[in-house]
Amino acid sequence: MSGFFSRLRAGLTRSSRALGDGISAAFGGGKLSLERLGELEDVLISADLGVSVANEICQALRDNRELKNMDDIGLREALAVEIAKQLQPVQQQLSLPTAKPVVILMAGVNGAGKTTTIGKLAKRYMADGKTVMLAACDTFRAAASEQLQVWGARANVPVVAGAPGADASGLAFQALERAKAENVDILIIDTAGRLQSNETLMAELEKITRVIGKLDATAPHASLLVLDATTGQNAIQQAEAFLRAAKITGLIMTKLDGTARGGCLVPIARKLALPIHFIGVGEQAEDLQEFDATNFARALTGLEGE
Amino acid sequence: MVSAHWSEIATRQQYLPTGALLVEAFKTCMFDTLSENLGSIFDRLRGRGALSEKDVDAALGEIRTALLEADVALPVVRAFIDIVRPRAIGAEVLKSVTPGQQVIKIVNDALIEMLGQAAPLSFDAVPPVAIMMVGLQGSGKTTSTGKLSKWLAEKDKRKVLMASLDTQRPAAMQQLAVLGQQIGVETLPIIGGQAPVDIAKRALQAGKLGGFDVVMLDTAGRTNADEALMAEMVAIEKAASPKEILLVADSLTGQEAVTIAAQFAERVSLSGIVLTRADGDGRGGAALSIRHVTNVPIKFLGVGEGVDKLEIFDPSRVANRILGMGDVVGLVEKAAETMDAEKAEKIAARMKKGQFTLEDLAEQLKQMQRMGGMSGVLGMLPGMGKLKKQTAGLQMDDRALIQQAAIVSSMTQAEKDNPKILNASRKRRIAAGAGTSVQEINKLIKMHRQMADMMKKFGKGGMKGLAGMMGGMGGGMPGGLMGGGMPSADQLPDFNKLTGGSGSTPPTPDFLKGMGIPPKKK
Repeated sequence: MSGFFSRLRAGLTRSSRALGDGISAAFGGGKLSLERLGELEDVLISADLGVSVANEICQALRDNRELKNMDDIGLREALAVEIAKQLQPVQQQLSLPTAKPVVILMAGVNGAGKTTTIGKLAKRYMADGKTVMLAACDTFRAAASEQLQVWGARANVPVVAGAPGADASGLAFQALERAKAENVDILIIDTAGRLQSNETLMAELEKITRVIGKLDATAPHASLLVLDATTGQNAIQQAEAFLRAAKITGLIMTKLDGTARGGCLVPIARKLALPIHFIGVGEQAEDLQEFDATNFARALTGLEGE
Repeated sequence: MVSAHWSEIATRQQYLPTGALLVEAFKTCMFDTLSENLGSIFDRLRGRGALSEKDVDAALGEIRTALLEADVALPVVRAFIDIVRPRAIGAEVLKSVTPGQQVIKIVNDALIEMLGQAAPLSFDAVPPVAIMMVGLQGSGKTTSTGKLSKWLAEKDKRKVLMASLDTQRPAAMQQLAVLGQQIGVETLPIIGGQAPVDIAKRALQAGKLGGFDVVMLDTAGRTNADEALMAEMVAIEKAASPKEILLVADSLTGQEAVTIAAQFAERVSLSGIVLTRADGDGRGGAALSIRHVTNVPIKFLGVGEGVDKLEIFDPSRVANRILGMGDVVGLVEKAAETMDAEKAEKIAARMKKGQFTLEDLAEQLKQMQRMGGMSGVLGMLPGMGKLKKQTAGLQMDDRALIQQAAIVSSMTQAEKDNPKILNASRKRRIAAGAGTSVQEINKLIKMHRQMADMMKKFGKGGMKGLAGMMGGMGGGMPGGLMGGGMPSADQLPDFNKLTGGSGSTPPTPDFLKGMGIPPKKK
């Protein structure tokens, strides 16, 4: 646990420092005035929690009678507890059913980190003793397939790829056929990045799920949306739209090793209650960590893990 | 600035009757929350002279929230409010607008000012001129490098060489090479194991020897927290002395945009910004944040997946989006792009005479399909946040559009010319031909009749007629037009109220003309 947390902390240090500084300023002289709580709200807004969620969390703190006697650390603790409370219900491990193969579909906007995350996931499952196959269904972006093949080679797993511009759903179908024939445990399907406002591409994503459903009515067993931690309030629209088109079953947040804080997970958790499975805190395969609400909230407020 | 857009829309309206109807209809929902909130703040102020300090502060609170919701970073919001506040206090309220509208005008102008104008790339150096692209992972550097290279090669007729310095991401170099083939721009041959600084030197050497005008240097994505990669970027700048260093940034970035942009600006001499994903449904407040902290012009917008989806930055369009007005200009452009101009002119000419045949209707339906269907069109319209809530349960079913067009194409010429001859057996035949039911045929005919009636009004009354027509739609919009997939008119927000009065609206200043914001009735 401490290993996990130090890596998580290493990624989040800068962001939490900013948040922590803000709180120290909010705490100031000793008693917490309403004005200071307003400053606290600004700090949460700066972490991308959004205006209304930041306001509600501060409102919850405002009702806490103990608050004015709290020191800086105490205030951070209270804030972390409030944020964790929002995230607790969506902290869920990615549990895979007994199907063979288990089909995992990866989706997200361009540049969110789908392919990299797939590479990390493949390594993770290989380390668990599973056999994994990857399907390079991003046939649109130049060399996307090559990128996945490099990850496949690194993790030592086969990659099913097609010609550039090939039909993505047809390729997904072929990959599932092959995964079945080769008795593979887990098939992970990479898809092209798409903006959620692009209806044609969202329909294509829907088609992929429909087509693989013809081979296995229960597939895909998990459809994961990869969200970039630097994204602002549009992340909520992304989650909503991908939930509609691809029946997303869970979230992975990437790029928490930068200075971004990923606070948009809080409004998403409240609004859509989508499970959050993993966070990406670095380049290495082991930097894909299981999401932990308490530690995430504590790291966000500049506290050590429990 | 804004008024220019509306006149532009007005001149283009003749090309897209359906689009025009939609634009007119939904313009009224524009600024929904913001204008409503401002409206209620200023209600009691109506008829009084200048904007008081207290009223302005209340209004600025709403502006602050709106900007934050649009992802403008907090420090930048504060700086912006400081600029707007003195301008708004004491401003005379024009008789013809509400104070809320006046404040929006002041805010809108300040936003456009702060976003700044686009600036051209500088080539004022001995060729080959190096252009270096930097940014976070996944911000869109390689795609933007390809788009910009194509732009420079085709529009500026420059000889461009692209080189990928990305030794980090697997297959990044191949990606640029493939893009180069797609757009017909040369790329530097890949030599494995070479360090980025050495690739940059080799690219410039190759550029010199090959007589290239421009050498595009696509660098690896890096997080601002990664000191080793930030230092590498500095070393590349030193080795290549690029004339331009463009920060490629995602329009959808949140509050962190200020930190990221500031840290890039601190380490290298940025000369401009390329904003990517400007075609999404994000409000794009990051544009303001990044512009403000870097103090370099936003030069280009990435507006789509294709290699030619690059545009010169337009501050008023970005301002519109930040304020939640939607991208009406984008919608009109998209319509113009997908529209068969000749056909459209014919339809427009007939519309002016009040004629509207079934074939015209079919053409309209097809055009909507080309524009991305109902949901595609609605997604670009302003104020849709509100409507989205109301239509969340309804599926935007674009198949209805296809089906309706199919019905018309299953008719004989005589039937198209004179729908009155459609008897039961003809309808059965058409239904079989189009793979649908007789009820659907009836719906379509009814819808056509009602639209034709509207067109007659339009022909007679021009824009005023159109306004009346929109009012009429509120009451009895044919369900058929909505194709069973679109919300029926009575589900639209205050449709009647919003549009009904626009015919009698007192003269408004240019900026508000055509926006259809009705004066608040009290």
